[in-house]
Amino acid sequence: MSKTQAFTNWIDARFPMSKMWKEHLSEYYAPKNFNFWYFFGSLALLVLVIQIVTGIFLTMHYKPDAGMAFASVEYIMRDVNWGWLIRYMHSTGASAFFIVVYLHMYRGLMYGSYKNPRELIWIFGVLIFLALMAEAFFGYLLPWGQMSYWGAQVIVNLFAAVPFVGEELSVWIRGDYVIGDATLNRFFAFHVIALPLVLIALVVAHILALHEVGSNNPDGVEIKKNKDANGKPVDGIPFHPYYTVKDIAGVVVFLIFFFAVAFFAPEMGGYFIEHANFVPADPLKTPEHIAPVWYFTPFYAMLRAIPPMFGSQFPGVVVMGAAIVVMFFLPWLDRSPVKSVRYRGPLFKLALAALVVSFVILGYLGVQPSTPVKTLLAQIFTALYFAFFLLMPWYTKIDKTKPVPERVTDK
Amino acid sequence: MSTDGIDTSRRRFLLASTSVVGAAGVIGITIPFISSMNPSARAQAAGAPVEVDVSKLSPGERVTVEWRGKPIWVIRRTEQNIADLESLNDKLADPQSNAPQQPPYAQNLHRSREDNPEIAVLVGICTHLGCSPTYRPEPGAKDMGGKEWKGGFFCPCHGSKFDLAGRVYAGVPAPTNLVIPPFKFLSDSVVLVGEDGGAA
Ligand code: HEM
Ligand code: FES
Repeated sequence: MSKTQAFTNWIDARFPMSKMWKEHLSEYYAPKNFNFWYFFGSLALLVLVIQIVTGIFLTMHYKPDAGMAFASVEYIMRDVNWGWLIRYMHSTGASAFFIVVYLHMYRGLMYGSYKNPRELIWIFGVLIFLALMAEAFFGYLLPWGQMSYWGAQVIVNLFAAVPFVGEELSVWIRGDYVIGDATLNRFFAFHVIALPLVLIALVVAHILALHEVGSNNPDGVEIKKNKDANGKPVDGIPFHPYYTVKDIAGVVVFLIFFFAVAFFAPEMGGYFIEHANFVPADPLKTPEHIAPVWYFTPFYAMLRAIPPMFGSQFPGVVVMGAAIVVMFFLPWLDRSPVKSVRYRGPLFKLALAALVVSFVILGYLGVQPSTPVKTLLAQIFTALYFAFFLLMPWYTKIDKTKPVPERVTDK
Repeated sequence: MSTDGIDTSRRRFLLASTSVVGAAGVIGITIPFISSMNPSARAQAAGAPVEVDVSKLSPGERVTVEWRGKPIWVIRRTEQNIADLESLNDKLADPQSNAPQQPPYAQNLHRSREDNPEIAVLVGICTHLGCSPTYRPEPGAKDMGGKEWKGGFFCPCHGSKFDLAGRVYAGVPAPTNLVIPPFKFLSDSVVLVGEDGGAA
């Protein structure tokens, strides 16, 4: 027995190292027909790692104090060796995270990956999405610029709209009667420890659930239904080395884009880092135009589209929350016998296209100052967004589907 | 069950009693943690009243001071401004200030102290989602609706409009009038914001 083999045996007798390697990599059989859309899960993992590593190094220099925070970020940018690179990687990473996750979710919609038996993978995914939004929101206050301050002010005030307990709730969240040092300090705690722990735990659950049932694929065919004599799916290939190598190619391409942005356009014309955030927070003056960062704007447009009712902003808050909560029910709203869009009928394709168009237009409207026409548009597209989900039981049932092949195809 | 000599009733009793005591303990220990997030004693003590000298304010002028971390606007309105208030009533959501957004002594047309109607004291925080509206005193400002506009405030965040008494226009996102903090006149030239000597 070789020395390395002996060492591996020594560990395996005490910790299931080889067992885990086999279960999750070398003997995890994934469908052989993965396409472009299957890059984004591993890319999301990569971005998570980038955020955690750059975040730890930023924390070494950042000061979570209302009197020092803005200056400490400037200090990181100017005086800390390579501080600008670390910060720009982190800020670009935040936007990259949402790009990757939105594409990853879209893949799930296209191929029916949320359907039985993958409901829990999807539900863990929606929880990850929620945690990610909270993580981004808390992080955005930390540089203590004008946009940080007023963005947090608006979002925390959403909670004040809750009937009866709203006022106390918003004071409790802020830890003060206004956004202040107490708020900054606790947002720092949530951003650097509480939510990253939650995110990591959820990602582990997401992947364990995935590996329990096995991956879906662009054909929506269950590969476990066709096994060879050894019990291996005939349409499956071991994740390692096949997909580890494929994913590494994806990583290289992703990093080219990622660093192109981090080096040459870290502010992305005001979309990744908003201009007003180069001015320190001023509690007495709101910037001329405030809008959230791009990844929140579709939901923000929905909030603004709903007028106050009974002297309260609460209905808008409910609609915005419902836009996310409704995603949890997706697996049970879909009554179609097929998973993948490839074998679905025209109704589903139309609905999916309408969803994407609504989401993009709402995202655009969310960065624009509101006018009566734009508010009307936002109302129409909010209705369309919800129609995708709420009418799903109906249109997926009557939609004409095509026969699904027995085996995955080579397309 | 009990044939193998296991006393299940004792086990059940132990499980039930430790669950009950444990649940009580968990609730008990949660309270301090939840409560620790509320404003601390220091945050509660902050917010001493501030004095504002209004003698140097010319008609139409505004000063902004900070009280409890919030912008407080003190404005000396012109006689024309005061005269215009009545004519705006049917464009507003709550022209009579029925919602409790002001101390009782400011529930009047000009939303101020009866003996100094030209001085307005307002919390400069939009009642929609908390931005600080911009001061737009110029009557007839084109982007504010032209002739109809008698001066007031415009919130850049979602477009709410208020008149110079902080009353909200109908049909904008903000549901209620701007808040009026407790205040009183120490003399003709000094306003004390944050204290009214027991709502007089
Ligand atoms: C931190 C964020 C996330 C990470 C690191 C992550 C990671 C992964 C990975 C590594 C896979 C397997 C590779 C792949 O199928 O691309 C996967 C699959 C999946 N994820 Fe995520 N994910 C994240 C967020 C989400 C979100 C927000 C959703 C949906 C709301 C979601 C839904 C799914 C579904 C349905 C699958 C199964 C896809 C299939 O088998 O076709 N994930 N995820
Ligand atoms: S915060 Fe002023 S209109 Fe929304």
